[in-house]
Amino acid sequence: MEARGWGWRHAGRRRSALDGIDLVISPGERVLLLGPSGSGKSTLLHALAGVHGGAEEGEETGSLLIDGEWPGSVRGRASLVLQDPDSQVILARVGDDVAFGCENLGVPRDEIWRRVRRALDEVGLDLPLDHPTSMLSGGQKQRLALAGALAMGPGLLLLDEPTANLDPAGVDEVRQSVARTLDRTGATFVVVEHRVDVWIDLVTRVVVLGRDGRVIADGEPQHVISTQRDALLAAGVWVPGVRATVPTARPAPAASVVDLEGIDLAIGRRSDVVVRSGLSLALPRAASTVLTGPNGAGKSTLALTMGGLLPPLSGRVRASEGLADGLKADPIRWRSRELLTRIGTVFQEPEHQFVASTVQRELEVAPRALGLDAATTARRTHEVLERLGLDRLAEANPFTLSGGEQRRLTVGCALVAQPRVVVLDEPTFGQDRLTWIELVTLLRALVDDGTTLLSVSHDAAYLDALGDRHLDLGSDALRMEAAA
Amino acid sequence: MIMTMAKTPRLHLVDRVNPVSRLAAAMLLTTPLLLTVDWVSAAVALGIQLVLFAIAGVTPKVLVSRGWPILIAAPIAGLSMLLYGQPEGTEYWSFWLARITDGSIELAVAVTVRVLAIGLPAVLLFMNVDPTELADGLAQVAKLPSRFVLGALAGARLVGLFMEDWRAMALSRRARGIGDHGVIRRFATMAFALLVLAIRRGSKLATAMEARGFGSDHPRTWARESRVGWPDAALLCIAAGIAVLAIGCAVWAGTYHAVWA
Amino acid sequence: MHTAASEISSPSAPRKPRDLRWRVVDIVVASVIGVATGLLFLFWNNVGYAWFSAADALTPGLGGIAVGIWLIGGVLGGLIIRKPGAALFVELLAAIVSALVGNQWGIETIYSGVMQGLGAELVFAIFAYRRFGLLTAMLAGAAAGAAAWTLELFTSGNLAKSAEFLGLYFTTVVISGAVLAGLLGWLIVRGLAATGALNRFAAGQDVAQRV
Ligand SMILES: Nc1ncnc2c1ncn2[C@@H]1O[C@H](COP(=O)(O)OP(=O)(O)OP(=O)(O)O)[C@@H](O)[C@H]1O
Ligand SMILES: Nc1ncnc2c1ncn2[C@@H]1O[C@H](COP(=O)(O)OP(=O)(O)OP(=O)(O)O)[C@@H](O)[C@H]1O
Ligand SMILES: [Mg+2]
Ligand SMILES: [Mg+2]
Repeated sequence: MEARGWGWRHAGRRRSALDGIDLVISPGERVLLLGPSGSGKSTLLHALAGVHGGAEEGEETGSLLIDGEWPGSVRGRASLVLQDPDSQVILARVGDDVAFGCENLGVPRDEIWRRVRRALDEVGLDLPLDHPTSMLSGGQKQRLALAGALAMGPGLLLLDEPTANLDPAGVDEVRQSVARTLDRTGATFVVVEHRVDVWIDLVTRVVVLGRDGRVIADGEPQHVISTQRDALLAAGVWVPGVRATVPTARPAPAASVVDLEGIDLAIGRRSDVVVRSGLSLALPRAASTVLTGPNGAGKSTLALTMGGLLPPLSGRVRASEGLADGLKADPIRWRSRELLTRIGTVFQEPEHQFVASTVQRELEVAPRALGLDAATTARRTHEVLERLGLDRLAEANPFTLSGGEQRRLTVGCALVAQPRVVVLDEPTFGQDRLTWIELVTLLRALVDDGTTLLSVSHDAAYLDALGDRHLDLGSDALRMEAAA
Repeated sequence: MIMTMAKTPRLHLVDRVNPVSRLAAAMLLTTPLLLTVDWVSAAVALGIQLVLFAIAGVTPKVLVSRGWPILIAAPIAGLSMLLYGQPEGTEYWSFWLARITDGSIELAVAVTVRVLAIGLPAVLLFMNVDPTELADGLAQVAKLPSRFVLGALAGARLVGLFMEDWRAMALSRRARGIGDHGVIRRFATMAFALLVLAIRRGSKLATAMEARGFGSDHPRTWARESRVGWPDAALLCIAAGIAVLAIGCAVWAGTYHAVWA
Repeated sequence: MHTAASEISSPSAPRKPRDLRWRVVDIVVASVIGVATGLLFLFWNNVGYAWFSAADALTPGLGGIAVGIWLIGGVLGGLIIRKPGAALFVELLAAIVSALVGNQWGIETIYSGVMQGLGAELVFAIFAYRRFGLLTAMLAGAAAGAAAWTLELFTSGNLAKSAEFLGLYFTTVVISGAVLAGLLGWLIVRGLAATGALNRFAAGQDVAQRV
């Protein structure tokens, strides 16, 4: 692949996402693409896969060629896993979905099913082939998308933050299966990831994009990291061995007030399917609780249940008197507007949550619902925009934001209402080091000011910084907490 | 809608027939009936259909639960014909343009039975068809362009997720503080929001499909083979047989009444 | 599209005014709209048909007023996708969904879908797939109505009905097509474009501001 002065401006944007990219990647190279959130990493991967579309969707400058041809015309030689696992489920059954790419490449039928089984095996998605794809958790969807790409046995494998939703065991599994596939096929490989340490041993080259969409560093991994350390840190890269400077977690005092409590809960998305039962947990006031556990364990379901959005299938969620503030103790019985100032929830999938056509208006939804006056609304939204680094994008459509920008926006939408309890599902998903620090510092400050926080996360650094209390849904700890 | 299909009872015998053949059979059976308005052909076709569907396992309960729109619509269609059908013979009642005559009564009966005979096969034959199988059949057996068939299948799946999306969206609107609207306003805004969401996801999904090599000029293979065999031939023969018999009876009884006559 | 006169950049093929081939996103989004319209039909098959029959029982042919909603697929497809065959594709897909999930007209619905889609398609073709304003939309709706009326002469046995009925019915169907399909469809497309959902389509970029 060869780029000469290549650039791309999305239709509807004034600034180019990428500009003047000169890059040559030879066959068999394994590249880790780094850069701050919104610097155009995903845009570059899309271009390499030839899925950018024509003049209707943006404006191209310079040239970008794969094997000397325009990428759109050799589509299929590359296979790309997009950043958002939720939007790339194509067919209704797990097996069919994985087979889809192979079919497009014209692989013979018997071979397709062999590859499908192997790929599912490799990514650790242990489900029947006819399992409905509409019933997968976030991490399971990500594994599914990966399996689809691996099964294609592509000459160029492009992965956009493939491990962002995975549990630690899953990250390992995925790295190993990618390594095996690369060794077997000798494919060229480009991966985007904010966590350098996951891929550093596997790649042969690191390319770093700067905030302005240009290449700022390029070379052999250890060399780039040792010589360009400061530039990398400034660009928000997670340099291995450099810890983020944020306050660390401090254990919650034993006798603090419990704001929200789940008692002997059975949880599930639908009344007929129980995901987990016998769960008991308590969220102490002004402390941060982090919930971890393997993919599909029911973390998101539990978060939604605690947030007063899903009714528990049995058992009870009870709010303290201070939190309920005159309402009934069960959050599920509060009205939507009453919930807003009490419990703010951020979902794992950003897409379902957007209701407005610009970032600014998206942030104004909650203040409007609360009937706040214009000045307060403006002050609060402005503050959130600035702190989350979205001020430049105030007039952009939420759906056109980059993965990390979308994630920050959803967090911002919950925070503008200033709820007393905040429930966050994978809040740091897709953040570079700088936005990560900003986000964690912001959350820490909220907790110190008395907000109660429950987060679901696979992120070990996040657990270090905000895990005042740690609940692991993979173990029986939650049940024990009830006994104690 | 599409999700609930899985729960419906399967049709014996017919469930081995390719969805495309079922579509063809429904066309073969009902198209000739569309060309005549007479009660004999419709009644003969309807009678045979009911017997065959009963053999295939359609109980009265299934018939009502799946075919209720047709059962309601049939007499209504008859009423319109009763009032405004071409007058002929004795007139029993009239009001402005409405006239009930011997001719219009006969037409009304014919139209009522005809709606049943035409409507039921499509519904019952498609009672348990999986959209993926239909798409496989359309592309492999009917040889429609795969880009369009699979694009349509993927798009249809997004709409098939409306139920799930509706639930998820209701949750998120509740979380955003805008879940308190009254029933009608809420229905209208959510329905529009669902369409918007489906289109947005469709736009992204198209990218995801292309990212897996879809839409190139490369010839494609199929992981699931869509086959036709003797059960398909049998169903088509039965369908054609019913149509011929029905029209034949009408001609023989002298009631055949071509729509353009 | 925006008139980006500033940079004439791409060294590749000279930019054609507009590509009329279908992209994958055109197909997928057209299908989403088609199936969603099919669900709307399923709703209207009951509500609209009740109205149709009630109006018909009062005055002959006035039932046609309700017909427009069944014609909206063609208008939506044409206005959003803006490519040859879009009106036909969307209306036909909607009809197939309506027929297969189950309605009173069975397979006949599919023939109606083809005719109504062709009616709307004809108008977009006459404008050479270049104009997508309110006028085009209403004409497309009206043409779809006229096509539906023609087909029903045969399939509903309407030829057996009196000339007065047919005259009135034609008038109401065409008006209903222009308003309930044309005007309403145009408004829906405008609403969709305003949400930014059509950003990947010319229909959406016409209204978008650069940020
Ligand atoms: N479809 C689109 N339409 C308009 N602008 C877009 C679109 N997709 C991305 N952008 C913008 O282009 C810029 C680069 O986005 P991109 O998704 O490539 O960033 P990224 O480096 O992958 O960031 P992240 O790490 O947060 O995923 C961002 O400012 C984003 O808002
Ligand atoms: N919309 C849904 N409908 C039905 N079942 C679902 C749905 N979403 C998830 N599930 C199932 O519920 C179980 C728990 O899902 P949940 O999303 O709570 O897992 P999770 O712990 O958050 O996983 P992850 O880390 O992958 O996000 C999973 O086994 C999943 O298959
Ligand atoms: Mg990205
Ligand atoms: Mg989850």
